[in-house]
Amino acid sequence: MILISLIFMNVFAITVSLLIIVADKVMSNYGSCKIIINDDKEFEVNGGTSLLRVLFERKYFIPSACGGKGTCGYCKLKVTDGGGPALPTEKLILSPREMSSGMRMACQLKVKNDLKIEIPSEYLEIQEYIGEISVSESVTSDINRIRIRLTDPKTIKYKPGQYVQIKVVTDEGTDFRAYSMASNPNRTDEIELNVKRIPDGIGSTYIHSLKVGDPIEFSGPYGDFYLQKTHRKIVCVAGGVGLAPLKSIVQYWKDNERHRRIELYYGARTIKDLYDHEFFEELARENENFLYIPGLSDPDEKWTGETGFIHQILERKMTEGENSEAYLCGPPIMIDAVMGVLDKGSISDDRIWFDKF
Amino acid sequence: MNFIVIILSAILTSNIALTFFLGMCPFITISKKLDVAIGMGIAVTFVMTITAAANWIVYYLVLIPLGLEYLQFLVFIINIAAIVQILEIFIDHYFPPLYHAFGIFLPLITVNCAILGISLFMVLRSQPFIESVVFSFGSGIGWLLAIITMGALRKKLIFSKPLADFGDAGITAIIAGVMALGFIGFTGVV
Repeated sequence: MILISLIFMNVFAITVSLLIIVADKVMSNYGSCKIIINDDKEFEVNGGTSLLRVLFERKYFIPSACGGKGTCGYCKLKVTDGGGPALPTEKLILSPREMSSGMRMACQLKVKNDLKIEIPSEYLEIQEYIGEISVSESVTSDINRIRIRLTDPKTIKYKPGQYVQIKVVTDEGTDFRAYSMASNPNRTDEIELNVKRIPDGIGSTYIHSLKVGDPIEFSGPYGDFYLQKTHRKIVCVAGGVGLAPLKSIVQYWKDNERHRRIELYYGARTIKDLYDHEFFEELARENENFLYIPGLSDPDEKWTGETGFIHQILERKMTEGENSEAYLCGPPIMIDAVMGVLDKGSISDDRIWFDKF
Repeated sequence: MNFIVIILSAILTSNIALTFFLGMCPFITISKKLDVAIGMGIAVTFVMTITAAANWIVYYLVLIPLGLEYLQFLVFIINIAAIVQILEIFIDHYFPPLYHAFGIFLPLITVNCAILGISLFMVLRSQPFIESVVFSFGSGIGWLLAIITMGALRKKLIFSKPLADFGDAGITAIIAGVMALGFIGFTGVV
């Protein structure tokens, strides 16, 4: 009885697979298709797979969070020639304006003929990097400062606030975890990460276990959370280790944008959880355009600064929001609370950028 | 007469989406846009009919003679997945406009529980071949009707922001519940 069922299932599965393979070979053969990127580079591929996959195989890293299911909409690209009209699945994600300008979702568009596409320059800058740990020190009881000196390629270009994906090596294989860069983008040979240890978290456990001199691999830079080129006042709100990308923004501001006013609201639990406190205090003493307001939700008697949750402090301290833009990084509940305060302080949603983790 | 009764009961009194709540994932996500919802509904109807016919043949002509009825779940799932794959390749190659209208949904349907559900209902009801095909076609039409209705209701919803805190999917699920209550009214029609 068991034998019959085993034989039957095998025969059945093999027949079905053969049918699919034959159908695929006969009907889904589109020959070689040419893909032209930004009117500059071009290469040939065998048609039949999605544009996203084709680009990924050629090491063009297009952001994608849903794994090509067509739900996140991150892989939007402009197709200037050969794409045809948008598919119904894309209509759910793309706005009418995007569709009329030729935007397509790379995961849904199957390569069947020659395509001309435009990839934004920041995506082209995404690369794989190999580096070496140059600093690994603990800055609070659970946060480590990691510096990675780049060995191949030797420099990286990124915008203040962007993140990298660290290749995490465990016994079970490799995985990727995202960490914001806390370093000054003007320094291109080294990046800094601030990594909080999460019990049983594979990324933070791996990174905390690395010692100076150990090799580490990552790809980047990713993300649209970065300092915008405007003349508005900058309001930064950080919760805990969410300080990392905002520290990058503050350092970039110091070198390049010092004419703008900038405020940093930094919330932590206790005095021991504040890191880089002296750095920001000194910066605030030297620059009258920089306002630094740290706040503790669980202070001891010695603390003379602000107390409460960071959104309450922001509500008390924030001045006019008319000509401001805000950058928030922290846990989701903090972001939501701060968004509510900013809403009242008349910073509209289109001038708020945030990074929830 | 008998066929009309089967079709009406599949569409109205035992609507696959609203009385059995099968195929909810595309029902909630795809109903966001009416024209897309129609394409998805047609694709589901089409696949439901074809897979039910194929599964009937495999079940009654292969599984029962071999005494392997207990393999029905595995066999039906593989059968559906294979048929959907081949259909997608076939339509894409020979009927590009048709592929453009609803072929893109076919991969999404592979794991749609409404499709598998209909094949299993078919076995439970032990109907003859033609009746089974008619029943599954009717069920597909019922799902199409449900998603079109939902798509149309959600079009209205854009202009009246009810209960923003529920979110889009939440309010859709509530509407589906109210629609299901409405469909109870059809009980006794056939």
